[in-house]
Amino acid sequence: MNKTVSNADEAVSDIQDGMTLMMGGFGMSGLPEKCIAALVKKGVKDLTCISNNAGVDDFGIGLMLKQRQVKKMISSYVGENAEFERQLLSGELEVELIPQGTLATRCMAAGYGMPAIFTPAGIGTEVAIGKEIRNFNGKEYLMEMAFEADFAIVKAWKGDTMGNLIYRATARNFNAVMAMAGKITIAEVEELVEPGELDPNFIHTPGIYVHRIFQGVNYEKRIEQRTVRKRT
Amino acid sequence: MLDKEGIAKRIAKEIKDGYYVNLGIGIPTLVANYIPENIDVVLQSENGLLGMGPFPFEGEEDADIINAGKQTITMLPGSAVFDSAMSFGMIRAKKVNLTILGAMEVSENGDIANWKIPGKMVKGMGGAMDLVASAENIIVAMQHVNKAGESKLLPNCTLPLTGVNCVKKIVTELAVLDVLPEGGFKLLERAPGVSVEEIRKATAGKLIIEGDIPEMII
Repeated sequence: MNKTVSNADEAVSDIQDGMTLMMGGFGMSGLPEKCIAALVKKGVKDLTCISNNAGVDDFGIGLMLKQRQVKKMISSYVGENAEFERQLLSGELEVELIPQGTLATRCMAAGYGMPAIFTPAGIGTEVAIGKEIRNFNGKEYLMEMAFEADFAIVKAWKGDTMGNLIYRATARNFNAVMAMAGKITIAEVEELVEPGELDPNFIHTPGIYVHRIFQGVNYEKRIEQRTVRKRT
Repeated sequence: MLDKEGIAKRIAKEIKDGYYVNLGIGIPTLVANYIPENIDVVLQSENGLLGMGPFPFEGEEDADIINAGKQTITMLPGSAVFDSAMSFGMIRAKKVNLTILGAMEVSENGDIANWKIPGKMVKGMGGAMDLVASAENIIVAMQHVNKAGESKLLPNCTLPLTGVNCVKKIVTELAVLDVLPEGGFKLLERAPGVSVEEIRKATAGKLIIEGDIPEMII
């Protein structure tokens, strides 16, 4: 069960115009930067991207926005990107903003084989418009549908050739839920090892969810907000 | 009148021993600096961490260790990391004891608006809608009036809502107020040097004043 592909270009080779992609990461942390670079190079367009954020102007999904490859973004927070804001205000880009927990849980539902979830997030707000509301134990909940994505593209710390994945610290974020949710899941990892080298007790994403895996080289792992304290 | 640090210091007094606390972006982040040392508190960051510590020392920043504001942070001993679905799972399941967040407007029935200014700002709600929909204990940290001098404590919010009937307490540069279940801002404390009259002038929503209002102790 070897899921290995040679590089990002091969991993994304059959991604077509108009497809829906999930992209892991929170801000710049845990971003599948090698696959994004390959998608920019490939020039595939009219994409719908499900990702918590939209990158910054010169990194992450921002690079795809700059090339006008994205038709629609589904995100929870899209600040920090001037080109994004320009395309949004000019109507060139369609954007659906949804609560962060709803975004994560709609991914989770897809990975757990559940068609929908009920959440209180958005009740009484414009997020609830047009959605089914159910009352459980005296409290209202919105029905939100599981996502359907042609590809989920995630970044992990370590993986083995069978597709088992381990994430590091808060770079796990959306990667672990999106990895479960794609019709085809591509995982890029900092370190790719042989089966048996990862402790089964510490696998975060079982390889059954992962279809393609490769080791990226020279990760930039950019920091969005560098905050430090002085040594006393 | 309090500065931002003063607001953070006053809110820190609301944190009790054994609490799991989620701090929003802005003034709420500063609250972490004033948590009393004699109590045990765990900070939750909704991008997937329990046990958030202070900023790292220069040279020790790690791109994989950030908070919900995308700032580099550290993980304290006993920390746990998890994915975004579990993070909001513990919020939805009310495991987090206290949520502190900023706001553009709060109404006298506890509605909050803090994610969108139509035609001007389109950054998104992030995790705020999930937090306010589930948390039972929500404190808002904000300025009493906006940059145009207009009250942010209103009869009804004018901006798109983040959540309804959810805010329990507000701490501003002028005052500490409870939002009553039946509606209305009940004045609890005045900031040092601030009169009840100044607070009344800065509050557009229904203000409830009972007896002498003490000056807050920070």
